Amino acid sequence: MAKVPVQFTLNGSETAEFVDSGTTLLHTLRDKIGDTSPKGGCHQGTCGACSVIIDGELRLSCLTLAETCDGAVISTTSGLSENGILHPLQRAFLDTFATQCGFCTPGMIMAAKVLLDHTPNPSRDEVVEALSGNICRCTGYEPIIQAVLTAARSNSQNAA
Amino acid sequence: MELRKNYFADVRKDDLHEIGQPRPRSDSPGHVTGKTAFFADRTFPGMLHLKMVRSPHHHARIRSIDTSEAEKHPGVVKILTAKDVPHNVYTILILIQVGPEDETVLADGKVRWKGEAVVAVLAETERAAQEAAAKVKVDYEVLPAVFDMEEALKPGAPLVNEYHGQNYYLYDSGECRKVRFGDVEAGFAGADHVLEQSYQSSPIEHAPTETTGCVVTPEGNDRFTCYTNTQAMFFTLDNTSIILQMPGSKLHFVGGTVGGGFGGKVDVIVEPIAILGAKLTGRPVCFIYSREEEMQISSPRAAEKVVIKDGVMKDGRIVARKVTGYTDAGAYSRHSPYGAQKGAGHYPGPYTIPNVWIDTYCVYTNRTPSSAMRGFGVTIGDFALEVQMDKLARLIGMDPLEFRFINAYRDGDMKAHRQPTEGAALIECMQEASRAANWPVAEKYLAMSSYVKGA
Ligand code: FES
Ligand code: FES
Repeated sequence: MAKVPVQFTLNGSETAEFVDSGTTLLHTLRDKIGDTSPKGGCHQGTCGACSVIIDGELRLSCLTLAETCDGAVISTTSGLSENGILHPLQRAFLDTFATQCGFCTPGMIMAAKVLLDHTPNPSRDEVVEALSGNICRCTGYEPIIQAVLTAARSNSQNAA
Repeated sequence: MELRKNYFADVRKDDLHEIGQPRPRSDSPGHVTGKTAFFADRTFPGMLHLKMVRSPHHHARIRSIDTSEAEKHPGVVKILTAKDVPHNVYTILILIQVGPEDETVLADGKVRWKGEAVVAVLAETERAAQEAAAKVKVDYEVLPAVFDMEEALKPGAPLVNEYHGQNYYLYDSGECRKVRFGDVEAGFAGADHVLEQSYQSSPIEHAPTETTGCVVTPEGNDRFTCYTNTQAMFFTLDNTSIILQMPGSKLHFVGGTVGGGFGGKVDVIVEPIAILGAKLTGRPVCFIYSREEEMQISSPRAAEKVVIKDGVMKDGRIVARKVTGYTDAGAYSRHSPYGAQKGAGHYPGPYTIPNVWIDTYCVYTNRTPSSAMRGFGVTIGDFALEVQMDKLARLIGMDPLEFRFINAYRDGDMKAHRQPTEGAALIECMQEASRAANWPVAEKYLAMSSYVKGA
């Protein structure tokens, strides 16, 4: 099968890969490039575990074809901390016990990041809405909502 | 919510350093940075993908299996049927001497539930495996099926599982687990009221966010490393050793990181066949359930039916309780004979009742085999018991919490299955619940204690 070349920026690094036409971005990131932070919980767009940020938008990498990402800027949870310093969202997820098995966590953090990038001081309802495409079977969501609100608060304190 | 500390103050040391202190979870830094390695985060060059051909029927005889078209499909490396599995008929609890072996790794001559594994296809890509699986031809003769436990127990019902010979698990105590304590009929005869109710539940799927699966690599020396999300590492290793007739020293299991389990990942389902595939091809193999398989194929919590008959006095004492419990194992035992047995010990609830009679049946039907899930064997029983407790309290016009105080077990009370009660704290929990929920009870109940009889 003919391979298609794709180039994109992944967590700040130039990345290039030859993919089979029709390959998902999730598969490309995990099995070709080795960034396993996006998870495959359903491969059909229903769980949100594979969420990544493409050109500033939250996207499901299991429903995104790799070849459509040529030239894109992609972020995943594995690229969030800088020089070993956790991002405020990561810190907040730790502090509020918002992870149990951790399988949903990278996707949750991506969804939360896009929310805070657009809406630095969200209401609780806005947090719930932003996380509504991400399934967590362990926590019952409440600590995750608290984590996002806590991160938003610590961001605004830092800014002040 | 602040909890009082005066309960058991004289029997509890208060110099605890860890209790009440927040401690970070050791695994969360990996979770929030995406570094935690789940089994499927490992990939190996040349890895094959395993897909199952599954039964479309609830109950059928297999007349023939034709894999010739599937074998020709591009990318297919190996196709496995029952004859390839060294010890194809197994049961998980054989490790603790709970037999008989009653389940096939790959169906042999018969399928007993819709979704049962029949043929395993190993191919270069997931897509090739899936396409080839669709080309396997299985000729079935459909048999009558039974889906209801009471129907299954009737004479003349279709026989689900020949390894049992009847549609219930045969315990050493007979057709059910039995608890006999006191004289239940005399208890009913002397009761002011008798209430019989039946309760039932449907199967419940755990629906973990990470689906069941494993990745296996041959180490080149007849040894296999299996990365798995099993919740039962050694159970899986030992059962795999039996199924593959391979010493445990040849099997290296790596796991402990589970993307949600809730009991749904304690069956031994994916590992033996994936390791067999790796052995017969010499290549790494991954077998990962699709979301659809996780929902339809992985074992759910058993459906249960619980019939409770209680004799109660006007002053609130329960004087007799008779329970008949039914656990729907589906087509195979897995953990259900154990679940039904747990129910037998549990049905009196945390209450001291002088006359108890319990029968619990583990029943086979042509439904998806059920297995462990958070408190299996007792959770549905607790739902039934506590609803029954509320109904009894209403029947005699008593506050439901006070009614429970009257019947609560205390240290030294003999339980119906002949275990003396120790370390009871139900009364103290209810006292605290009464306070925290602002549900007042009479002073005399607040003066009660679990370990001072008659206080
Ligand atoms: S894996 Fe993409 S939404 Fe579930
Ligand atoms: S922490 Fe397990 S699914 Fe969210």
